[in-house]
Amino acid sequence: MEYTILILVLPLLSFLFLGLAGTRLRPAAAGAVGTAVLAVVTAVSYMTAYAYFFGQGRAADGLYPTLTPWNTTWLPINDTLSIDMGIMLDPISVMMLVVISTVSLMVHIYSFGYMKGERGFQRYYAFLSLFTASMMGLVVATNIFQMYVFWELVGVSSYLLIGFYYTRKEAVAASKKAFIVTRFADLGFLIGILFYGYYAGTFSFNPQTEALAAAGMIIPLALGLMFVGGAGKSAMFPLHIWLPDAMEGPTPVSALIHAATMVVAGVYLVARMFPLFIGYAPDVLHATAIVGAFTSFYAAVVACVQSDIKRVLAFSTISQIGFMIVALGVCTSADPHSGGLGYMASMFHLFTHAMFKALLFLGAGCIIHAVHSNEMSAMGGLRRYMPVTHATFLVACLAIAGIWPLSGFFSKDEILTACFAYSPVMGWVMTAIAGLTAFYMFRLYYGIFWGRENRTLHAEHTPHEAPATMTLPLVVLAAVTLGAGFIPFGHFVSSNGTAYDIHINPTVAAISLCAATAGIALATWMYARERQAAAESLARRFATLHTAAYHRFYIDEIYQFITHRVIFRCISTPVAWFDRNVVDGFMNMLARGANGASYLIRGMQSGIIQHYCIWFLGGALVLTIILLFIR
Amino acid sequence: MNYTDILIYMRHEISLMAVIIVLFVYDLAAGSRGRSRFSAVTCVLLLLHTLVNIIPVHGTAQLFGGMFVYAPLHSALKSMLSVGALIVCLQADTWLRRDDTEHKRGEFYILTLSTLLGMYFMIGAGNFLLFFIGLELASIPMACLVAFDKYKRYSAEAGAKYILTALFSSGLMLYGISFLYGTTGTLYFDDMPARIDGSPLQILAMVFFFSGLGFKISLVPFHLWTADTYQGAPTAVTAYLSVVSKGAAAFVLMAILVKVFGPMVKQWQTMLEIVIVFSITVANLFALRQKDLKRFLAFSSISQAGYIMLAVIGGSAIGMTSLVFYVLVYMAANLAAFGVIAVVEQHSGGKVSMEDYNGFYRTNPKLAVVMMLALFSLAGIPPFAGFFSKFFVFSAAFRGGFHAVVFIALINTVIALYYYLLVVKAMFITPNNEPIPALRSDLGAKIALALCTAGILALGLTSCIFEGINALPSGIW
Repeated sequence: MEYTILILVLPLLSFLFLGLAGTRLRPAAAGAVGTAVLAVVTAVSYMTAYAYFFGQGRAADGLYPTLTPWNTTWLPINDTLSIDMGIMLDPISVMMLVVISTVSLMVHIYSFGYMKGERGFQRYYAFLSLFTASMMGLVVATNIFQMYVFWELVGVSSYLLIGFYYTRKEAVAASKKAFIVTRFADLGFLIGILFYGYYAGTFSFNPQTEALAAAGMIIPLALGLMFVGGAGKSAMFPLHIWLPDAMEGPTPVSALIHAATMVVAGVYLVARMFPLFIGYAPDVLHATAIVGAFTSFYAAVVACVQSDIKRVLAFSTISQIGFMIVALGVCTSADPHSGGLGYMASMFHLFTHAMFKALLFLGAGCIIHAVHSNEMSAMGGLRRYMPVTHATFLVACLAIAGIWPLSGFFSKDEILTACFAYSPVMGWVMTAIAGLTAFYMFRLYYGIFWGRENRTLHAEHTPHEAPATMTLPLVVLAAVTLGAGFIPFGHFVSSNGTAYDIHINPTVAAISLCAATAGIALATWMYARERQAAAESLARRFATLHTAAYHRFYIDEIYQFITHRVIFRCISTPVAWFDRNVVDGFMNMLARGANGASYLIRGMQSGIIQHYCIWFLGGALVLTIILLFIR
Repeated sequence: MNYTDILIYMRHEISLMAVIIVLFVYDLAAGSRGRSRFSAVTCVLLLLHTLVNIIPVHGTAQLFGGMFVYAPLHSALKSMLSVGALIVCLQADTWLRRDDTEHKRGEFYILTLSTLLGMYFMIGAGNFLLFFIGLELASIPMACLVAFDKYKRYSAEAGAKYILTALFSSGLMLYGISFLYGTTGTLYFDDMPARIDGSPLQILAMVFFFSGLGFKISLVPFHLWTADTYQGAPTAVTAYLSVVSKGAAAFVLMAILVKVFGPMVKQWQTMLEIVIVFSITVANLFALRQKDLKRFLAFSSISQAGYIMLAVIGGSAIGMTSLVFYVLVYMAANLAAFGVIAVVEQHSGGKVSMEDYNGFYRTNPKLAVVMMLALFSLAGIPPFAGFFSKFFVFSAAFRGGFHAVVFIALINTVIALYYYLLVVKAMFITPNNEPIPALRSDLGAKIALALCTAGILALGLTSCIFEGINALPSGIW
């Protein structure tokens, strides 16, 4: 399957082409180039997936083989340790290829309508190509170091795209925040990789067991540090602060990068290292479950009171990634039939979530496009104006709430089953969060499409349905969301590679459906009508809690305090003083010395050839004399 | 020895001689129309010559009783020099299309290729006699090239200074070689080490020999001709002088120091320590104050020569690899810088001062970016090739235990960074009401610049080239 290299090379070429020659093209032509390339990439990805899962199928041992159709040594470090670049195909990487290419293609098409007439349209498509290439490189990485390289590239493209409207101050601040926070987390990742490389003697994902056993406590430490990097990218508490701000970027970008693909890189990382986590660091794995559960709960609470629709979706993304991390964290063995179900559930949820969350964001984009605002106060009653957006948005909301027969129901059900199997407490907590999810998603849904309509605004400027380039991706993604639950996902991906039949646990399904229905019912009662007395009186009664949640429990302010007051004042100021006076002082002295010395010796270059010869001979003789003496 | 061996192991020299003879006949036979295609013909022939010889023959050999030696690394180096010469020839085309040089274009190419042939012989020499002949073949035509624009005062002056200094250094070197012959009774590299004992006379001989090559590489204190010659010579010649000629000489210096003066390793290492420190520091101090870009690059090339010597000082095989890699990277960067200067000079009526380049980016973004990449590579900023080549020579010297020299060289890279960035600042930041107007460079210059830019970018990112060089035996160890 050597042709898989195209999946990496084509978007990269498209990036180079659009980046270098893009401004010479008409915007529509540049977009067409980017989209056409991506359509080819998508086709190749599907072909790869088909050939991998059905063409060659399972090997004799009943597992899907891990293939490396392409590999090259990039940087040899010593005889045994080297950094490779290549392509590795295994069930999860092939699954990711399908997810990324699908969502990316949808976003490319959608952006035609959404970004129409924007300044820098060509640049936008160039960056999208760069992102796609990097993300593909990340998932097919043959080793942890290649993953890290592409991980950073993904971070860079995310930075570029968040700051796409670089004339807006908020966008610039948000892009910087995203870059710095994730970069900070990546430091942990890098240290983890270096520990791992040093002690395991390889950067590959399947090291020799003797080396790992000999390394002792270092491997859990390394894996923990790697998780820090993953937590940064996947916006786990307390490193989540960049994601809501990242919504300053264009909405299709939020759909692609900050909902469907890049933010799940942390989940993918844990899944990639899963055999090591299970084998050598189960405690670290369970700790990640706690982090995930807390993040999930926190984000769900915050999402209940946000008024900016993209922020609601951002927090819901954080919360859903928490679900995936929890599902991985509650695994106790690699066998899907006893304790390893979470792995499959997590990957399944990653897959379904990518589709319906992209759908939600793209729908939000249509709405923002129609009312020119992110605030829910500018919306309400939009179902009359935007039927297609309304229908697809509803599908996505039902999916994320976990209503049968939409895809979210199946994946969430598997997660909850895995949680109950791990401990009832975890199961009930996650069920409660699932109920909360249904509540805030329907609060959002009613706030946009029903509820209190902003008639003055809508009279001034009647909202209209988005153009076909924008609604087509919505319909496609909605269709996927409707059908994806029936994919026998366990046949393709499971924790130890053997086929696993997804079966609905009736008790868990009943509990989760009840929780979801309760959440939806509560939201309907509170927000579906013109008058929202219950919601207002609740907000008044719990004013403190409401304000605190609205301000995301002041986590950003705490960061602000720590960075500005503590780090800047107690560390940066003294360091700056040292830098300015001692380091710069030394450099200035060097510069002044160099300047002075160059005045002093300028006589040497007199331009007179006789002098040159004297220097020549004199120099040779002086050298001889020195050598004679030191002999 | 038989004649097939000559054909195999001297194929670089033989094919280059064939190219020269073909060009010679072509120059005589072709009419004025044929002559207008001279540079194209030369470039094609030179390209063919490079391609035919690009894959090194395995194994080492000695021809003519040890007079001429062959090793795969020699072949690689010769190919590199051919590529350098090819780039120079591509860049020279526009410059030669002038009324006063139109009729003598053939001379330029034939003289350039003759010096290249001289360098081949220098590299392949196994005897001081052949080495000296090669050296002279590489320097005498060079003087003609330097004075090629002989009606211009600066060019004539540069030619005079070059030939006089070259004669002086050759004389001194020959004097040194005669001492060597006197004390050892042989001129063959292989036989000499056994009879080298480090007596005062031999030390004197070694220093004199070193000064001859120090002149070619322009190391302090044998460097004084450099600035005047680089400034006065036509830019294409300066480019050739600064990389191709220097690269060949540096390699030969290392080979002879290790092979012949092996028993005197302590002495020549001390000598190099002194010379490196002075070369890098003095050149940097001078470079700080230059206003003329060609003069500025002259001093930059002296300090780069000092860095090249860092690869020599350890006297190790990895040092040899680092040297060849450094020369390759330096060639890409310096030829790019000179290429841009040449284009600007030819199209803007001789503008070469740093002030002329103010606001250059606004009118000529592509040329400015190429220049910037070249300067970044020369300064050793990662991830460009220059960073890796500097890293390799530093680590070669560090492994040899020359910590103090490496430290001084590192401090000097900071100073160097400052003056390289001065040019970048002029091009990108300093405003100018009358910047150099937008230029259209010709095809040859474009190809040359593209090749150099590709080199600057690719050599840094691919480790296979360094390893490829490392895998080639040099025939010394």
